[in-house]
Order: sequence, then C-alpha cells, then structure tokens
Amino acid sequence: MATVTELVKAEEEAKPKLWLGQPLKRKEDPRLISGLGKYVDDVKLPGLAYASILRSPYAHARIKSIDTSKAEKLTGVLCVITGRDVVKITDPFLQISPAPANKLKDYCLAVDKVTYVGDPVAAVVAESRGIAEDALELIEVEYEPVDHVIDARRALEKDAPVLHEEVGSNLVFYGKWDYGNIEQAIKTADKVVKATLHFHRFSSTPIENNGVVVNYDRATGFLNIYCNNQMPMFCIPWLSFGLRFPSNRIRMITGDIGGGFGTKIINYPYIALVAILAMKTGRPVKWTEDRREHLAAANHGNERTFDVEVPVKRDGTILGFKLKAFDDCGAYTRYEPAGAAIWAQVTPGCYHFANFVMEFYQVMTNKCPVGPNRGYSRSQHLWMLERSVDIVARELGLDPAEVRLKNFVRPDEMPYVTPSGGIYDGGNYGESLRKVMKLIDYDGIREEQAASRRKGGKLIGIGLATVLDSGTNNFGQVKIVNPENPFSGNSEAARISIDGLGQIQVALGTVPQGQGHETFASQVVADEFGVSPDQVTVLMGFDSGTNPYSHQSGSYASRSAVMGTGALLGAAKKVKEKAAKIAAHLLQTSPEKIDFREGAAVDRETGKKIPLWQIGNVAWVNNLLLPEGMEPGLVAINFWRPSFTLPDEKWRHNQTLTYSYQSHAAVIELDPESGKFKILRYAIVDDCGTQINPLIVEGQVHGAAAHGIGAAMYENFEYDEENGQLKSSTFIDYLVPTALDIPHMITSHIETPSLFAPKGIRGVGEGGCTPVGAISNAVEDALAPLGIRITDSHQNPQQIHKLIREKASK
Amino acid sequence: MQSLKTDMITVTCKINGKEYSGMVEPRTLLVHFLRDDLNLTGTHIGCDTGHCGACTIFMNGKTVKSCMVLAIQAQGANLMTVEGLADGDKLHPIQEAYWENHGLQCGYCTPGMLMSSLFLLQRNPDPTEEEIRRGIEGNLCRCTGYVNIVKSIKAAAKKMQQQQGSAAPSIQAKAGH
Repeated sequence: MATVTELVKAEEEAKPKLWLGQPLKRKEDPRLISGLGKYVDDVKLPGLAYASILRSPYAHARIKSIDTSKAEKLTGVLCVITGRDVVKITDPFLQISPAPANKLKDYCLAVDKVTYVGDPVAAVVAESRGIAEDALELIEVEYEPVDHVIDARRALEKDAPVLHEEVGSNLVFYGKWDYGNIEQAIKTADKVVKATLHFHRFSSTPIENNGVVVNYDRATGFLNIYCNNQMPMFCIPWLSFGLRFPSNRIRMITGDIGGGFGTKIINYPYIALVAILAMKTGRPVKWTEDRREHLAAANHGNERTFDVEVPVKRDGTILGFKLKAFDDCGAYTRYEPAGAAIWAQVTPGCYHFANFVMEFYQVMTNKCPVGPNRGYSRSQHLWMLERSVDIVARELGLDPAEVRLKNFVRPDEMPYVTPSGGIYDGGNYGESLRKVMKLIDYDGIREEQAASRRKGGKLIGIGLATVLDSGTNNFGQVKIVNPENPFSGNSEAARISIDGLGQIQVALGTVPQGQGHETFASQVVADEFGVSPDQVTVLMGFDSGTNPYSHQSGSYASRSAVMGTGALLGAAKKVKEKAAKIAAHLLQTSPEKIDFREGAAVDRETGKKIPLWQIGNVAWVNNLLLPEGMEPGLVAINFWRPSFTLPDEKWRHNQTLTYSYQSHAAVIELDPESGKFKILRYAIVDDCGTQINPLIVEGQVHGAAAHGIGAAMYENFEYDEENGQLKSSTFIDYLVPTALDIPHMITSHIETPSLFAPKGIRGVGEGGCTPVGAISNAVEDALAPLGIRITDSHQNPQQIHKLIREKASK
Repeated sequence: MQSLKTDMITVTCKINGKEYSGMVEPRTLLVHFLRDDLNLTGTHIGCDTGHCGACTIFMNGKTVKSCMVLAIQAQGANLMTVEGLADGDKLHPIQEAYWENHGLQCGYCTPGMLMSSLFLLQRNPDPTEEEIRRGIEGNLCRCTGYVNIVKSIKAAAKKMQQQQGSAAPSIQAKAGH
C-alpha cells in the first residue's frame, strides 16, 4: 500500500513538466552566432539601387533655393528629389496632437525651411552607395539661417522663434492633471520641499541603424517594404495616407532587427521617402542610415524639466506632488504628444499619495524629433520621483530607504488604484528594496561611508531607486491629448496550425528586436500541446503577407510577452478544441476526456492515443473521417485584447495592464579632485511576475540597467547654445558604454504573478531607467557632506567638479 | 556627363580557407567588399568612426575593424569572418558558450564580439574578468549590458582548454597563423 508521500510524489512526477519557466537556450541563436541573421541591410534584390540623404547643417533656416542639376548629371545617378517634389505627390503625415499643433505639416523632406541639424532636405538614388553619396556634394542649397531655440521654456516665450508657422507657436500640448487636494496638502504640511529637476536628452542607439528597402512591384501593384520598424502595421495609416497609396497593397516585412528599444518606431518618414524613390525610379531602392545620421536625426528620448513641490510631514510622510513639466519634443511630433500622457501610467510611482497636480507643457524646439525611447515618458517621471524622494529625505534628515519604505504602496493594497486611475497588478515594493539593500550590504556600506568621511579622501555614495516598468499600453491614453484620436485598447494576433503531418507552426504579430519571441512562443505553445519546444516552429520576423496582425501589433511598451501569450493561448484553445473533437470522434469518446501529451491526444480514462499526425491527416487530406459537418483544416487565428476602459472626464483610466518593478542600489566612489566616480557595487531586484524564460528575463534586466547606467554617466545629446549644433554627433562624443564602463551587476528577483495578465506574466524590457535614479541619488549622497544638490539626470565629471568648486567658493 | 569613376582594382584574398576575388574601387571599404560583393553578410556595420566593433574580423591572424580597412589592403591576405568559426555543422566552443549563456539578444554585435572573444582567448586562454572586459572593450553592445557576454567568454575559455588540440589547428589556419 503506497504512502501519501509516495502517492503525492508519483502524481507530481506524472504531471507533464512545464516549459513555462524554463531557462531554455534560444532558438534564434544558431543563426545569429553563425552570421546568418537576416537584417534589413542584408536584403538584396535584383536591380537594387541605393539612396542617400542630404541634410540640413543649420538648426533653423529658410530654404531659398535648391539646385540639383549637377547631381542629376553625375553618371550613375537615377534621380534626385527635394521637398518641392514631395509636396506635390504626398500629404502631410497624420498628427495626433490637438489643434492648432495638428496643423503641423510634416513631410519626409523639408519643404520651405529646415528646423533641426540633420533635417532631410534632398534625396538621391544611384547605382551604388558611393555614387549616391558623391551626388550629395553636388547639390547646391541656399539657406537663410534664422534664430533658433533649443530650450523648452524659452520656446514658449512670446518672442521665441516659431518653428512651424502653420501652428503659430511651439506649444504642442498643455494639460493639467488634478487629483485630490494638493493645496490642502501644502497647507497641512510640516514642510514643502522644492526643486527644479532636469532629465536630459539621450537615446538607446541600437548598434543597427535604421534601414529600408522598398520594391514597388508594378506587376502586382504592391509596395513591398523591408524595414526594421518595431510596429510596422501601426505605421500603415501614416504611410497609406501620406503616400496616397492603398493600404491593402502595402506589405511590411521585418527580419532580424539589431535592437530597437523604441527608437525604431518613428522611422516611418524614411520608409515613405524610400517608397517614393522606388516608385519614381522603378527600381528596388535601399537606404542604410549611417551612425551620424542616426544620432542627429533618427530619435531622441524626451528631455523634460520639472518644477517640483512636495508637501511632507516631519516623519517623512509624503502628502502629494505639485508639478510643472516642460517636455522638449524636438522639431516634429512623430509619435508625440503621446508622451505627454504616457507618464500618467505611473502617476505616483510606487508611492502612496493621493494629492497630485501636474501641469504638462510639450514644446517643439530646433532639435532632433523625439520618439519613444526605452522607458518612454515614464523614465522621466519616475526619475523625478526618485530624485525628489531622496531630496525629501535629505531635507528632513531621514534615511532615504526609510522614507521609501514608509511611503510605498503595500502588498495588501493590491490591486492599487492610483490617483489617475492606474491599477497596479500586484507586487511588494518594500520587499524588493529590502532585498536589494541586503545585496549591497547597505548597513555595512553606511558604516564604511561614515568611517571614510571621518578620514577624508574619496567620497562613498549610496543611491537607491524603486521604479515601475509599466507594460502593455492602452492606446486610449492618446485621447487625453486629443479626444478625437481614433485609437484605444491594445491587441495582438497569433496563428497556430497543426498541418497534415502533425507539425505545429506558429506565427505572431509581434516584431522582435532580440527579445527571443521564437523561443518564448515555443515554450508557451509546447505546454499547450504537450510537445517539446523543438517540435514547434515559430516564423522568424514579421511579414504582413504571412503573419496575422492587428494594427497595434509590434514590440514596444514591454508588451510582447503578455500580448503574445494572450494571443497564443487563445489560438491554442481553438486548435485544441477542434483537435480534441476529431480525436474523440476517432476514439469514440467525448472531447472533455482528451488531454494533449507527448505529441498525441490521449483519452484520460482509457489511455488510448491518437498521435497529432493522424489528427492532422484527417483534418487536411482525409476529411471523410471527420465528425459530421465539421469544417476541414486545423488552424486558428486569435486576436487577444486586455480589458481596458477609456479615460473619464478627469483623464482617469488604467493606462497599462502590467506593472513590473525593480529596485536598484548603486555604491559609488567619487574623487572630489576630478569629479569622476566609479561604481563599486551594483545590485538589482526585479519582479516581472511569472517568468516564461528566466534567461531572457535576466538578459532584459541587464540590458535595461546598462542603458540606464549609460544615460546616467556617459550619454548626453548636447546642443550648442549659439548655433543649435548637435555636439555629440558621433560615437567619439556620444559615449556608448563599453564592457569596461558597465560594472558587474548582482541580480535577484521576486515573482509576484500579475493579477490581470495571462499566466501572471508582466512585461519586462524597459526597466524604467532605474539606474538614472540610483546613480543621481548616489552622487548626491557622496557629496552630502558638501551640501550639494543634484538636479540633473546626467552625472558628468566636469559638472560635478564645477558644483564642488562653486560650493567651496561660497 | 560628369563622372567620378576611377579604375577598378582586382582584389584576391583567402577568406575562411576559401579563395575569393572581386573588383573594387580604391575607396571601397573591406566591410562593404565582404557584405555587398562577396555576400558574407555576417559581418555588420554599426557606426562610421571605428568605435562599435560590429565589423571585427581576423586579418592575417589579428583582429581588425573591417570598416577601417580598404578592400585593396586585403590583397593577398588571409581573413576569417564569423562564417568561418564553425567547422561545417560543428559549432566552435565560443559559439556554443554564447548560446548556452545567453550572450546575445539581437545578435547584431555578436559576429564582431565572437571574433574579439576568440582573439582574446588565443592570446590569453584563462583571462580574469577584468582581462575579458578589456579584451572586448572595442565591441559595443546595447542589449546585454555585457554581463552574459563576460559569462560566455569565461565558459568558452573552459571549453577551449578542455578541447585543447582538437579544434584549435583548423581555426589557427583559418585565422591566418
């Protein structure tokens, strides 16, 4: 007679092992480690011609004339076009801003004036890359420079230069969020902590730049577009209306993408430009962006200044936040002003205050257009919160860890509804902070710091930050910036088929740029059908000619795991229901008794099996054996959408489905003589709910942290005040961190399943730019004995040195 | 009609043990010769200033950034690219190590990273973490934060030491020693 323990053990062992949660090696890797990746610049078509772009050397200037005649005469040049040509055959790109900002005329080439250094002015197609670039030097442009503006606050002043006359001012959007009673909170506060904080301009700069190949097929009338856009189907309205080309004849194809991080979302003007060139020349045309072009003109992250007031109690309780934000979105709004509303996904961060006012101004300046960059619009807001919490602690003479722990939303309050209607889906912020403090030995380091301060010499600083990574967005949030925007909710598509030989094939609408979609999708589907992930083939890349999709498909907003899984589970359900009916019919039993195990449909009671190949055979080529009236075939497409609502009259709504979070701790050693510092210890605790593949999750955590450390310490898009020139336009000056610059990072995690997402998964990938907070906090902590306040997100040795000198001279 | 054309030059070299030949302009970069003329698209381009290292290959036994080398400089040279790492179907221990340790995400920096990893381990078969990071300082990655790349190289070092004598000779020959 078996014991209970033995029976339980036997039952456990009989349960099929789940692939979900396994740290499997990736399916993508064999081709990538062999140099067989298919990136857009690898696309070769017969008769391929090459495009190059002439760009503005001025920040702000009128175009008085362009003479392309010499360029056109160069042997090997197929055509040269300018804004004058574009304006005749295309319409301005759609705008999601409110009036009058939506009057902005954005074409793929500048028409009457240029508004940022790098603004495209003319394009050439030639037989070779070399000739295309030679031709650029033969184009003669007469510019009349005008005054430029590179500061958001300045750009709002009455006498500031206006970028786009058809808009009339540089203001894109103004909105006021007002929840609770901030004035009352300020009245009852023991203290109101004030600061002006600046989040700097940087971008994720993937190693692969933008690229497009367009082949206009005159035979079929199809525009075949090979690109590396992260949400190609979302671009369709922009491309179709802009190009005046019917959407049902546009095919979007992406292969392997060498990193996106949000920066490959607003490249649609370049897609449109190359499409025009392809149609004009009758040849397939390739444009490969070079690094200088990318840094100047592809995508910068939002630059944002905050005027902050925080009413607090002496014991560290935060009563609310009163904010004014000036968001510098560059010269054109290409996904903006979505960012003007997206920060509200995480209005109070991880904190428990109900009084909140934000006055948000989004403003155009003569800089590179802004687009979603890893942690889009939330990083800025969350950094401001983390910096402010530390300033509060310092002004009250309290430990920053204690102030956080006191104000965190508690696990028993989940799901927590924020002042702006966000619904946090679970988590334990306090535990993550305590855990990360342990990982760096917080108490021990504080003692070391105290000892070091007594001795004098190098300054040790400790910085903490707990930040949300909100994922799977509700497009309804863009109705805040303009109620007429026809976008809401979110959706993704998946197709699963079991073919006539029982082979499983999966296709998704997501657009991977290194996040391992083939792998995680195989794991999810393998569990559904009781096979191994090796037996599931997932189509590589995205192709609107073969993949299912919605116009919200893509990989952005940390949504692929959640949305992809939702769509996959629904498709699997449909296929399994049909396969179970077929198997039950063949076994003469009922579908409810069928399980899928080891590549077969198994009658749970009798143990009799029908292998998948037999079910596929009956479905596809042997259909007289099907149940009466059943349609042949064994394939299902599923569209999945999360449950969301539209914003109410006070703009309250849940703007994302999942809220991953991370606590970071940085220990630095700063040399006051030079302002330089190095990271001695760095630790991360992340919670992204159920992990589909822990290897992939950890990789995302590392990568997001590296981007944050790069931004905090090395990366900064600086524009020169006098001429509006971009000073950091190559990797000589825009410092991407190397392996020597990123420290070893200790990671650990918590797994609190999401209350709302399929299988409790949360999106992970953006990371919220947590290191920017941890490091600015560490720098201020190191300089605390000198009483220096850190108000910038970028920690530059020269700037730190200047602050130290200024304090010393007082 | 104005023409800026100059005479084309024939370049013949050995790549991954095989002889290749092509005609290039004097100004053609080696990386473009590999990718566009010879269809060896595993070597990538990520910048214009020689910083990112995505174009790293072996030339006569040493790693070079092929975007900083003219094609004509490769005349008569012995090159190895990422396509030459595996021995038919058999992956090189470095490739296996990257695969097992999630040392890549988007894969774009990976070919150059693999080349630099190999060069490092050939000169220093048992490197410390600091030495590893220094060895790949010329290869930028934006996806991994380098943590798993360092892990992969450590694992590769172990594998290569265990396999001493078997895989090494053909790689040495391919790399131009």
